[in-house]
Amino acid sequence: MRTPFGHNVYAMAAEYPSAAALYEAAKIVRDAGFKRWDVHSPFPIHGMDEAMGLKKSWLSGWVLFGGISGLLTAVLMEFGPSSILYPLDVHGKPTNFMTVPAFFPIMFEMTVLFSAFGAFFAVLIMNGLPRPHHPIFNWDRFSRATNDGFFLVIEARDPRFTEVEARELLEKSGGQHVTIIHDD
Amino acid sequence: MDSVEEPLSRAPLVLNRRNFSWLTERISGVVEQPAPRWWWVCFTITGTIATFGLFCLGYQISTGVGTWGLNHPVGWAWDITNFVFWIGIGHAGTLISAILYLLRQRWRTSINRSAEAMTLFAVMCAAIFPGVHVGRVWMAWYLAPLPNNWGIWQNFRSPLMWDVFAVSTYFTVSVLFWYTGLIPDLATLRDRATTKIRKFLFGFFACGWRGSNRNWRHYEMAYLLLAGISTPLVLSVHSVVSFDFATSILPTWHTTIFPPYFVAGAIFGGFAMVLTLLIPARAMFKLHDIITPQHIDKMAKIILLTGSFVGYAYMMEFFTAWYSGNSYERFAFWNRVFGPYWWYWWVGMLFCNMLSPQLFWFRWCRRNVYVVYFVCMCVNAGMWFERFIIIVGGLHRDFIPSSWGMFYPTWVDLWTYIGTLGIFTSLFLLFVRFLPMIAMSEVKITLPEADAHYGSTNGQHPAAAGGKERM
Repeated sequence: MRTPFGHNVYAMAAEYPSAAALYEAAKIVRDAGFKRWDVHSPFPIHGMDEAMGLKKSWLSGWVLFGGISGLLTAVLMEFGPSSILYPLDVHGKPTNFMTVPAFFPIMFEMTVLFSAFGAFFAVLIMNGLPRPHHPIFNWDRFSRATNDGFFLVIEARDPRFTEVEARELLEKSGGQHVTIIHDD
Repeated sequence: MDSVEEPLSRAPLVLNRRNFSWLTERISGVVEQPAPRWWWVCFTITGTIATFGLFCLGYQISTGVGTWGLNHPVGWAWDITNFVFWIGIGHAGTLISAILYLLRQRWRTSINRSAEAMTLFAVMCAAIFPGVHVGRVWMAWYLAPLPNNWGIWQNFRSPLMWDVFAVSTYFTVSVLFWYTGLIPDLATLRDRATTKIRKFLFGFFACGWRGSNRNWRHYEMAYLLLAGISTPLVLSVHSVVSFDFATSILPTWHTTIFPPYFVAGAIFGGFAMVLTLLIPARAMFKLHDIITPQHIDKMAKIILLTGSFVGYAYMMEFFTAWYSGNSYERFAFWNRVFGPYWWYWWVGMLFCNMLSPQLFWFRWCRRNVYVVYFVCMCVNAGMWFERFIIIVGGLHRDFIPSSWGMFYPTWVDLWTYIGTLGIFTSLFLLFVRFLPMIAMSEVKITLPEADAHYGSTNGQHPAAAGGKERM
């Protein structure tokens, strides 16, 4: 989709005066059946996931994966050297089933370490970050999204997107400064 | 303006009905405006001290740890005291960011960022001491289980090895947690940046954050899980530090009460250090509406609580020593109170750690910054004394009187320790100037108008009470 000046249209966007207004607008856009849209706010708004029709984040799966791989890494790292490569008998305590608890602290720490890496990298990857350039930054008002602005953006890629309908919906839901955002 | 909590309503966490953009302006302003004169005064002093510390580090690395006062029978003294002292201080940051998050304590939002930064700097200072104590610092890589041409591997059942993993994991997880929390605020600074270089740097580290709710969804889950895994981590780190002592056979070290006792002491000392840094920073940058008397009051209560744990543990150690019937154990504790280091116990442990926080039973003490600051300074000093008493007190008079001795620090010991105080405060001052010291995106959630039902007729109307408490 192109504007009369030949720009590619990325989305139709509007600004809302408050978190509550954005919340109500999100419910309207959700009920209108749009799929490729998003809201932007300076802080997470409690209840917005339901208002947008989003389910629980499964980022937790990556954290579990990280934790399990951390535990396995620790098991290999500890028992490999201690029981095969370089068996030590300190204070008359050989490496056997009875002394396994003394290996637990490092297993615990490695589990935590890898889980944390799992959480950190998953939040970046699942969000498609780092992404320094994004069409939405072309809108000058959008710099307030990290200050005190509340925005709703319906992407042109959405199958239901038509310029008229999107504009009407955003205006009806209380959006101000309804604008077309260019892709380039 | 009233920040006293009434039984049925919550006092607002941000005073004077400030709005979102005021918070952004004020907190970003700390980074964007020229530094106040006080900042330069402080930084000159701390920077000079830090330089002394770095000089001492260079001197002792190039000459050897013989420059320290360590000798038989005291082979661990100021170095390990300082290590435990700094690691302990590092605990408040993760407690605030993780445990208080899980407990839905929304007042943490004003202080968590700076407490987390403080954690990182404290752990850096802590790592200096065992690192240098290794003797030949360039061989510190032996701590890591790496294949080497001697075919030698570490003893993974040693508490010292556990400590390596605990402290390095703690530092790494704290960095990840801190940076994850910083991303939205770095985006704020990016969007406000006026120069190209600021725009580039903040933009680079903000990773292109757009405040999108599809992103917030994953972000909040990541934050929750990081808090969840950091909670056992923070409890484990000082437990493992205490194992360095508790698994030995030395009287006063060989104690099962150590892990909880050390963790409580760490949180105690850490909160005192948070207040030590934040009370001046709050005045320097005029953040009184964000770090309110209520915040100081709550931190003072945590100091009172953990200080009482610590006091209980001190008393319990005496009881256990008496009840054990072990004459070495009994002597060691008698020696703690009446031996050559007697005044360390009377001043450090009894007055500073056990008695001074008891002032916080009184509201006017918690509400008076000067009293709070006095107590925090007592606790800072007292926690150092406590670690010294535990470490040197146990070593200097052990089983055989013929091997008794005293510890005398050298100027290198003294200036390395003071130097780390300088390094720590300098890093904190730099942090305050270059990164948002208060988590803007989190403080904004505590405003009543951040609620999705604010002002609507069917939702609760929280304006009068200053915001609902639950997240």
